[in-house]
Order: sequence, then structure tokens, then C-alpha cells
Amino acid sequence: MASSKNNTIKLKFDSARKYAPAPESRSAAKINARYDLFINGKFEKPLSKKYFGTISPSSEERLSEVADANAADVDKAVKAARQAYDRYWKKLSGAERGKYLYRIARMVQEKARELAIIESLNGGKPIRESRDFDVPTAANHFFYYAGWADKLEYAFPNRQAQPLGVAGQIIPWNFPLLMAAWKIAPALATGNTVVLKPAETTPLTALKLAEIIQEADLPPGVVNIITGAGATGAALVNHPGVDKIAFTGSTQVGKIIQNAIAGTPKKATLELGGKAANIIFDDAPLDQAVEGVINGIFFNQGHVCCAGSRLYVQESVFKQVVQKLKDRLETMIVGDPLDKNTDIGAINSKEQLNTINKYIKIGIKEGAEIYQSSAELPHKGFWCRPTLFTNVAQSNRIAQEEIFGPVLAIQSFRTDDEVIEKANNSPYGLSSGVWTDKGSKIFNLTTKLRSGVVWANTFNKFDPTSPFGGYKESGYGREGGLHGLNAYVKLV
Amino acid sequence: MLNLEFTKIDMVEKNLAYFPDFSVSPRIDQVGIEERAARFTKRSIKKETKLNGLLLTLNMIDLTTLEGKDTVGKVQQMCYKAKHLHDAYEGLPTVAAVCVYPTMVSVAKKAVAGSGVKVASVATAFPSGQAPRDVKIRDTKYAVAEGADEIDMVISRGKFLEGEYNFVFDEIAAIKEACGSARLKVILETGELVTYDKVRRASDIAMYAGADFIKTSTGKISPAATMPVTLVMLEAIRDFYYKTGRRIAMKPAGGISKSKLALHYLVMLNEILGEAWMNNEWFRFGASSLANDVLMQIMKEKTGVYQGKDYFSLD
Repeated sequence: MASSKNNTIKLKFDSARKYAPAPESRSAAKINARYDLFINGKFEKPLSKKYFGTISPSSEERLSEVADANAADVDKAVKAARQAYDRYWKKLSGAERGKYLYRIARMVQEKARELAIIESLNGGKPIRESRDFDVPTAANHFFYYAGWADKLEYAFPNRQAQPLGVAGQIIPWNFPLLMAAWKIAPALATGNTVVLKPAETTPLTALKLAEIIQEADLPPGVVNIITGAGATGAALVNHPGVDKIAFTGSTQVGKIIQNAIAGTPKKATLELGGKAANIIFDDAPLDQAVEGVINGIFFNQGHVCCAGSRLYVQESVFKQVVQKLKDRLETMIVGDPLDKNTDIGAINSKEQLNTINKYIKIGIKEGAEIYQSSAELPHKGFWCRPTLFTNVAQSNRIAQEEIFGPVLAIQSFRTDDEVIEKANNSPYGLSSGVWTDKGSKIFNLTTKLRSGVVWANTFNKFDPTSPFGGYKESGYGREGGLHGLNAYVKLV
Repeated sequence: MLNLEFTKIDMVEKNLAYFPDFSVSPRIDQVGIEERAARFTKRSIKKETKLNGLLLTLNMIDLTTLEGKDTVGKVQQMCYKAKHLHDAYEGLPTVAAVCVYPTMVSVAKKAVAGSGVKVASVATAFPSGQAPRDVKIRDTKYAVAEGADEIDMVISRGKFLEGEYNFVFDEIAAIKEACGSARLKVILETGELVTYDKVRRASDIAMYAGADFIKTSTGKISPAATMPVTLVMLEAIRDFYYKTGRRIAMKPAGGISKSKLALHYLVMLNEILGEAWMNNEWFRFGASSLANDVLMQIMKEKTGVYQGKDYFSLD
């Protein structure tokens, strides 16, 4: 084999990143100049009298301003939810609740294009993803749980499933609309009412969803959507009128919530951080494995709690896999989230970009070898080149801590036992991936990897019927599927 | 793996010190390869990128007539079209080649003389390949002697499916030798191989045995070229290039009749093998009906309106 030649052989992909612009039209989306709080079926001015701006991370342009709910606003929202629960929602039959959910699902589909555009504008993710993943999956969640609403006695045979009451739901900025759907759909299907707080940086699609809910004529107060930052979330968590907290976000905040609700009767589900291991064996279909790794870490700029941010490659194919990853990286288009050809959009916020850059510096300092694509970055906005680190050790911080950005830490391994030990050697346990042509190996690993999801020969696959959630510091409770109902009922 | 007799023939570049075990060619995951292929169709090709892509597509076409009823007149007409795709639009490129049966090579050669259009001839008992090796070699030598610049051979699919990889390898090597300076396209007939694993294995065998091109199909069997099958072959070419430093060309054939699909193939080519392959030395479309659809799109880009299909000649 001409191994000496290999160093000089290189494919060139510069032209692969240069397509004529193909932007989705912004005019198809209507964004108000100002949004109030959605409480009791109406948009109401905040008692705090305060608003804050929300921007597009790809241009730093101000898109709108939204209300900053204070403790009094939270109290108003929780009371509205309680009243709606007592007056209508808990008395309504499952079939009727289902009808509302079906209506919301269809309206999300009807407004799919507008929702996708706003999601990409406000959050920075590529339109290809918001159009093909976020919005359709959000609609599917409403459809799926609509179906359960009148069938709870089959979900819990010989038991009676009673709603918990008012659910306080706090969602992150990485999948703003989808996370709202994940939280609202099962809560309503089981007869709970909701106060939902979207993330500070990405409130717009949740507010659009509020408009849809208003138009769907859901009884007032069944869903309340209030915007704000950490203080608003804290007021919601600490409010005595809330029966259940559902939180998706960082492990750090998850711990604070856990502390705050200790000693109260509040139930909780926490879906927190992750540092997923993606494992490639030498018998794997390598090109497909490489594509899976790429999707695993660069999907949504790596702002994914289950992102495959640690890669373990069996040593006999290590060089080949790294070469393939580098080639693939070169073809990825970083830029305008609204362009249909964009693969990697903008980093969600300046703050997050600083965090990612901090970790990239740490990686270099730790002696890891960095490789970044040669893609040109736009001048305005928050951007990060897709990044690989090789020569990484298990003790490196970039291999231990959640970066939440497009940064992959690659290590090699020799034996199955070694890689199982390394993969499990993390405080997190949300997801992992196994790539091999051998079925028996897949089953061996799936039983030994301590993570809520193990994907085999694929990655980042989501479906409303499938439960999702973590082990260890990745949180507890499951969302999605039959298990997702469990989090919103007490069984008698 | 390697039979000594064939190292003597020196079919392959000298830097190949040994041949891989083809029975363990890399595996292909069906779901994964189809998802990846579908991803290329999500690229939105507009404006100048579209026009450049369409012009390049024209320049990559092998115009083909492979019928029992082919006549001298028909071949001559096709050859004229190969040089003059649509004279109403000035400055269009020619197609890459015309592809005919061996008996029509001399006719075609004369008809395209001086135009830069190559003459390709199918050989080796095309399309079935069911003939003894000496007949296949004579078939090839005849076409080359008539002036063919390129030979499109078919592999012995029956032997391949029986697991007789050495037989298939040796046959390709023997035909390559018979080609002399003509470039050899090896048709795998992927529609008869069925699985992606087998397409990958046949691609590896063909490249190591001396193919200049690997080609999906004869056009006589359905399914012909598909994007996932082509992707498997492009990835095989990439792996071979990294191992040996040798470039292999690719020709998907059959089933590509629309411009939009052709542009998706070019996106795939560009993102798997890169710029060096984006020309007709390294990539061809085996598709005759594609030309008129591309011409229709090019005229639309120029004039802003679609013209009826009767404005484009059928040769």
C-alpha cells in the first residue's frame, strides 16, 4: 500500500461550500414589535411594566421585545392556571381534551413555514432543521398525546390516572418550539393546566404558539405562557400553587430546582445536560458512522443535550475515521440560518459563544490537537467553526464537561470492555451511540452503557412514541411515549 | 488473493503492493446510505450555480444508442446532435461522448471527428456478458481497432454472485489489457447485484483490477442508477484514491432524465470527491433523454419562460 503517498493526497472541497444564496423569505413570518404575557387566554401587560429585547443571533438585529414577568406576574399566571383547572379542565372528558390537542397540532402544521422561519431567526438554527425537524416533530407530539387523552385507562390498566394540577414548565433555548410541545402536550392530555416559561433568548415561537392556542379557543388559563429570565423561572419554581415542575436545561440549574422543591409536595422531571459517547468499532459501516457522528455533534450547532460530543474510535480505523471526518467537515456550510443550504447556523447567544470559545482554549491548553473547517464565517452575529479535537485524554476537561457547541473530542480504544468503561466514566448519562455491523456487539453494549438512550447505527433519532430522559446528572423522569404520561399523573 | 499470472500482466499501478480481501470489503448500512443520499437533494441550487451546473451536466453526458435496430443514419444523426446540442443558444458545450455498439464505432468516429467528442463502445457481449472470455477480448479489440476511445464492459454478474471474485477480477484485468490506450469503463449492473454491500465489493474489485471508470448500469435492467448506489461507488472511489493515489472516474447510467436530479448528482459528486472530479474526464452521465431536459432548463434560465418540448430536437 502506498502509505507514503497518503500524506500528500487531499481532496479539495472549496467549491462545495459555494452555492448561490437560497434564502427562505422572511416576509412569510409576522413578528410583532412587542409581546405581552399570555395569561388567562389573553395577552396582558406585565405588572412589572418591564420588557426586554430579543435578537437574531445571526445578525444581532433586534426582532421584538417581550415582557419580563416578575413574581406578581407569575402569581397571576399560576392563579389563572389553577382557576382553569378547577373550573373547566379537570372536569372535561378525555375525548374533549384530545380535540383541543388535535386542533393545536393541525394549526402548528398549517403555520409550519412561519414557525420554522421564526425559529431560525430567533434561535440561529438552520432553516433545514427547523423546517424538517423542529416544527414537524412538535406537531407530531401534539398529535401523539391527543391520541392518548381519552385512552388513559389503557395506558394504566386497572388504575385511575388523575391529573396533578398546575404544571410549571421551564424550557431551554435549543429547541424552543419543540420543547414547548414536549411539555404542553402530555400535560394537557392528562388533564393538567400549564404555566410555561420559554428561555430568555428564544421566546418568539412559544409566543406564536400562544397565538395558536388562543386561536384554537382553548379554555382561558389552561395554558399560560410567560416570558422572562432566571428570576421568573425561580418565582415559578418557588410558587406554592404549582404542583409539578418540568424542567429542561443545565445540570447546574437542575440542582438549584431540586434544592428549592425539597420538602415540598411538588413532583418534578428534570432533563439536564449530557456528554454522550459515540462509539465506532472497526467493523462498522464507516462512511455511515462518520455521517452519524457529524449529525450527532453538529446538529443544531451542537446545542443538543444528547449531542454525541465524545467520540471513541477503535484504533485500527482511527486514522481513516479522522480523515473522513475532516473531509466531511470541509463540505459543511456555516452561515445564514435562513439559507436552505446552511448546515451549521449561528451560536444561540454571545454568552454561549464565550463558553464554547473558553472550552476550545482549554482544549488547546490541555495539549489536544485542534482541527477546524476552513469555512468562512459571517462578520456579524455569533459563529463558531465546526471543531474536532484529537489526542484527547479521558482526564481532559473537553472530554468531561458539557460544551454545548460544535466541538467533538475524539479518543481511540482497543477493546470492548475498555470503551464501555470509558463511555460510562462521566457524571452524565443521557445518550450514547454504537456503530458496528455485529448485532451481538450492539446488544452487549446496550445493556452495559448507562445512558437513557442508546442508538445503534444511527444517532439523534426522535419520535413522540419513544421515551427520552437520563441517568445520573442528566436528570430523571421520561418525556415522550407512554412513559411521558406517567410524569403528569398520580395513579390511584 | 492475487494470482501470480496477473502480476505479470501488470494491470495495476506499481504502487499496489497487495490486493485487499474483497470478501471483506467495507460494509454499507442501508438506512444510513439512503439518508445521506437524500441529504444532497436538500441543497437548493439557484441562479448562477444552477446555470453552471446545467452547462456542466451537458458536457458530462454520454449520448447513447444501443439498440438492435440502430442504423448508420441514426448514429450519424446522434453524432450531429452530440456536437450541436441546440444551436439556438450560442456557446453551448458539446456532450462528452457518444456510446454505440462496436459495429457502429467507425461510423461514429468519422461523424464526430475533430469535435473533441469521444467515441465509446460497449463490448464484452454487452449487455448480459454471457460469452467466453476469448470472445469478450476479441469484441473489445475489435472496437478499439475501429477507433473507440473508451470501452464500456460488463462484469460477469453470475460469477460475481457465485462468489468467484478472482474470476471477475481476472476478466476485468484481461479486458483492460485488450483496451490498450482506450479508457475502460466497468459496468457493475447494480440492479442485478441488489445489495449495497455487493455494489461496494464489485466497485473495489473493478478498481483494483484496472478500471478507469466504474459505471452503474447497462440501462437495460431496472433499477438502473440511483443516488444511494452512486454514493456507495463514489465513496469506494474516495477510499481507493486515499489508498493508492489513483483517481477513478464515475458514470451513473440510466434513470437520470431530469435536470434537477442531475444537479443533485453533481452536488453529491462535489461533496464526496471534491472539485477535481467536477469535469467530464472524471464524471459522466449515461443518459440520453437528460440532454433535452437540461436544454429546456437552460433556455428557461436565459429567456425566463419554458419552451415546448418540440423546440428541442429528438435525435
